[in-house]
Formats: sequence, structure tokens, C-alpha cells
Amino acid sequence: MQQNELDIANNTETKEYTTLNLGPTHPATHGIFQNVLTMDGEIIVNSEQTLGYIHRAFEKIAEHRPYYQITPLTDRLNYCSSPINNMGWHMTVEKLLGIETPKRVDYFRVIIMELARISDHLVCNSVIGVDIGALTGFTYVFQLRERIYDIFESICGARLTTNIGRIGGLERDFSKDTFKLIKEFLVEFPKIFGEFTSLLERNRIFIDRTVGTGPISAERALNYGFTGPNLRATGVDYDVRVMNPYCSYQDFDFTIPIGKQGDTFDRFMVRQQEMLESMKIIKQALENLPEGKHFANVPEFFLPPKQEVYNNMEALIWHFKIVMGEADVPKGEVYHSVEGGNGELGFYLVSDGSRSAYRLHFRRPCFIYYQAFPEMVKGSTISDAIVAMSSMNVIAGELDA
Amino acid sequence: MADINNGYLLQQLQEKFEADIISADEPYGMLTIVFDKNKIIDLLSFLYNHTELKMQFLTDLCGIQYPDNEGKEFGVIYHLHSLQNNLRLRIKCFMPKDAPQISTVTGLFASANWQERETYDFYGIIFTGHPDLRRILNVDEMDYFPMRKEYPLEDQTRTDKDDTYFGR
Repeated sequence: MQQNELDIANNTETKEYTTLNLGPTHPATHGIFQNVLTMDGEIIVNSEQTLGYIHRAFEKIAEHRPYYQITPLTDRLNYCSSPINNMGWHMTVEKLLGIETPKRVDYFRVIIMELARISDHLVCNSVIGVDIGALTGFTYVFQLRERIYDIFESICGARLTTNIGRIGGLERDFSKDTFKLIKEFLVEFPKIFGEFTSLLERNRIFIDRTVGTGPISAERALNYGFTGPNLRATGVDYDVRVMNPYCSYQDFDFTIPIGKQGDTFDRFMVRQQEMLESMKIIKQALENLPEGKHFANVPEFFLPPKQEVYNNMEALIWHFKIVMGEADVPKGEVYHSVEGGNGELGFYLVSDGSRSAYRLHFRRPCFIYYQAFPEMVKGSTISDAIVAMSSMNVIAGELDA
Repeated sequence: MADINNGYLLQQLQEKFEADIISADEPYGMLTIVFDKNKIIDLLSFLYNHTELKMQFLTDLCGIQYPDNEGKEFGVIYHLHSLQNNLRLRIKCFMPKDAPQISTVTGLFASANWQERETYDFYGIIFTGHPDLRRILNVDEMDYFPMRKEYPLEDQTRTDKDDTYFGR
């Protein structure tokens, strides 16, 4: 990249810089965070980020809530792919409690998580287009995202902040309607996605604007703690699903797409390919869906169905014990991570045996990699910086916890 | 080449830092060591530069507080990951409440910058040598460290606050 080689330091005495506030509420930041840019004409000399505008103290609240009430908090981290956060949290607690979930639960979870990944990537990739001036793709793929939300709605009743699943399984088996919606989605997706692809992937303007903007090398990316598509775009094939398989991901056959230069275009392409891989995984999961129950046999943690609670004494007792936080939890500490929409989403949970977590720390991928932003955009123009920022998929909810 | 697993890792650490490892454990398959906080840089750079272990990825850094542990009320917890060997390690360093200080690891890991700021912001742990130790998520004017256990959550039933504008 030519512009990066500008020698800024030599001219400090004669030059006057402009300070520009990008955000906190700027349409191009797609979230509430501020960048104070020091500009030399059109070129960014330095940028400093301010965050915390939507900090909601989740870690503090989590220390006062029983485990099942923490799930709705995780919804609001990366709200573009809430189900992944929910599942990650459930699996963390299951790891602490030593619960083995049936294969059917795992496969259901995989389907839900991959759908969430597709919706996350769709938003991110189409927004890159929006920031370049191609609004068409964005409005077009939102149909697909709407379909995915319909599927979530038929599974759990909610669309965006889903609170999907329970500790130990899912609240109910997939209905016939759900399977129908997923199958329709699988047919519809390649068509609309193909058109979206042809709009952008080989588009001259798009390529000119994205190739070489906001680049980062693999070494720097690793040092900055990059994970997810942003790291893979630099050429490192680190994917939690493969490295530390959870939720029976080892049963599925898929590849990890990687990029080469770590620029905006590579990040875009990695996400594009990942969506197709996710489709492959969903198809395999549907084909090989095992029979069985949709929850593990852990009555002390899995809320019984409502009919049971009203008609069965034992279920009523379990329900009461779970809601009042009477169930015994082992002491210990556990770290569990899942491949979230934008990187390794980790949960570090310390339990002292009481009804709520003693300490819960979320490893929020975009909080960690967003600090590389000044380095990535130094010496580039402001319009390139905006594209680079949207290609990093920074979600304000996750940034601020 | 020896099998690179938790046992090998612990053996390597014990050879080099025998006196500084306070305890070692393996909860849920992840090797966890409690380490002398004054030697944290030595330990991390040893792991970073080790030809076989190559623990060069800082997954997570966070704080913790145990108000009842006298002399080691505050802790910093590092999660390291060796991507080549797919091996994880958890390091815990504890410090007293009247001097919650530990060296920064920003020299080794650029990703530690904001994570240390976050830990400072919520626990008041000072990372000596940090290039820019300011609050990150809370407002600069805040005069306490909210994640400390002595600060409870707001009482949900309090009535002295005017919530008209929030529709409550």
C-alpha cells in the first residue's frame, strides 16, 4: 500500500492538523463508538478510540444472577449472532457441571449456530457494500436475514435477542414448521446469495475500493489477538470449531477459508466463503440428524416443560429448585470458547458453589481486535478507514459489554 | 521431540521457575498455575520464546478479587494459547489490596493494552509501565472501581431516584 509509506513525522513543525470526530453517533460507524481522528488534509495521521457508550455492566450483573438468567445478557453482546453467544454460555455451564448433551441437541445447536453465523456475515458483508455506496446488496440480502430470523422465531419465539436454548439442551424439539423453513432457506439461499455475490465480488469499483485498504500482517494480527474471519483473512487458519471442537463439530466436513493479505477484500471474501461452508454444515446436520431427546437428563438444571410442572409433583419440585437457585453447582473454574460471528468468544467462569457466578468474564473478540484499528488506517484516507472499520465487524454491544 | 501436552509444559516450567510456581492444578483439562507476580514478564517471555511451546497468543486477560484472602486480594488471570501445539495455559498472579500492582505485558502482546485498561477500570489494578493506563469503559470522572465486591448492585426497590424520563 503506497499511502502507508508517507513520512508524517518529518513535517510536524510546518503542518497543522485537523481534528475530526467520527462518531459516537455517526451513520458510518454502525454502532455507538467514537474515533477522534487527526487528519492531515485527507490523510489520517492518528486516531484514538473512545468506547463504553453502551456499557451495561454485564459482568457485574452476572455475579448476582443465577446461571440461566445470564443467557439474556449474552444475547446483547454480539446482537447480530445472539444464538452463538447463548449456546456458548450454555456449553460453558455444561462443561462446569459435566453434562453430556445428546447428539440430537448438538446437531440442533450446530444448525442454529451456523444460521446465526450466516446472518452475522450477511450483515457485515453487505454493510461493506453500503459504505462504498452499493446499497442494493444490503437491502437484497436482508430478505435472507429475515428468513433466518423467521427460523429462530419458530424455534424459540424471539428474533434478534433470542435467549435460545437452555442449559442441558433446547426448550423444545424443532417443529415440522421449523424444518420446513430451514429447507426453504437452503433452497432460497444460493439464489439470492449468488446475485449478491455477482453484485460485489467481481465489481470493479468494489475491488478498487477494498483491495489494499486497512491491511494487517499475520504477525501483527496475532499480536493484537485477532481471531475469527479477520485473522483468517491474514492467512492464519485458526478456527475454534476445528482446533477445539465443541458441540460435535468434529462430525462435519467443512473447510476453513483463508485470505492472504489481510485487507478489506480478503476479510470480505473469507466471510463470503464461510457462509457457503456454513450452508454445507447445515445440510450435513439435517441429513444426519440423530434421533433422541432434545435435552440431557439433568432435571436439576433443565427446566421441565410447563405441562409437566402443572401436572407432575416431581417436575414442580425441580422447577422450584431451579428457579430458586437451590441446585448444587461444583466449585471450580472453566474457560470455554466458541467460534462466534467475529472471532473466538470465550467465557471464563469461576464458581464458588453458590447460585450465581463468582466471576464471569467474557472474552469479546471485537473488544480485543478493535485496538488494532489506528495501526490499520494510519496513512489512509477517511473513506478507506470507514470501509476498513465496517469490514472488521465491530459490534458496539460486544465492544462495551 | 517430546509430546507437547500439559505434563510436558508443567515440567518445562518447573525446571525453569521452580521457586516461583506457587501451585499447579488442572481443572477441566487446562493447566492452571499460580505464579509469583514479580516474575510474570520472565515467565511470559520464556513461554513466548520457547522453541517448542511457542505460547504466543494471549487469549484473555482479566482481573478477579477475593476480599477474604488476606495479602492476595486481587488477581490477574492470563489465558495463553499456543496455536501451533493447540495447548492452553492459565496463569494467575495475586497481589495485596494496598499495593495492587503488576508489570504490564503490553511489550509482548499488543492485545494486552485494552484488556489491562479494562482490568484497571474495573478493579483498580495498576499495570506498571503501561503506555496509557486510563479508564476505558467507564467515565473518566468515576472515583471507584465498580467490579470490586464491596460495591453491590443498585437496590431495585429504591424510591429516591427520579426515573420519570426512563418511563419507570
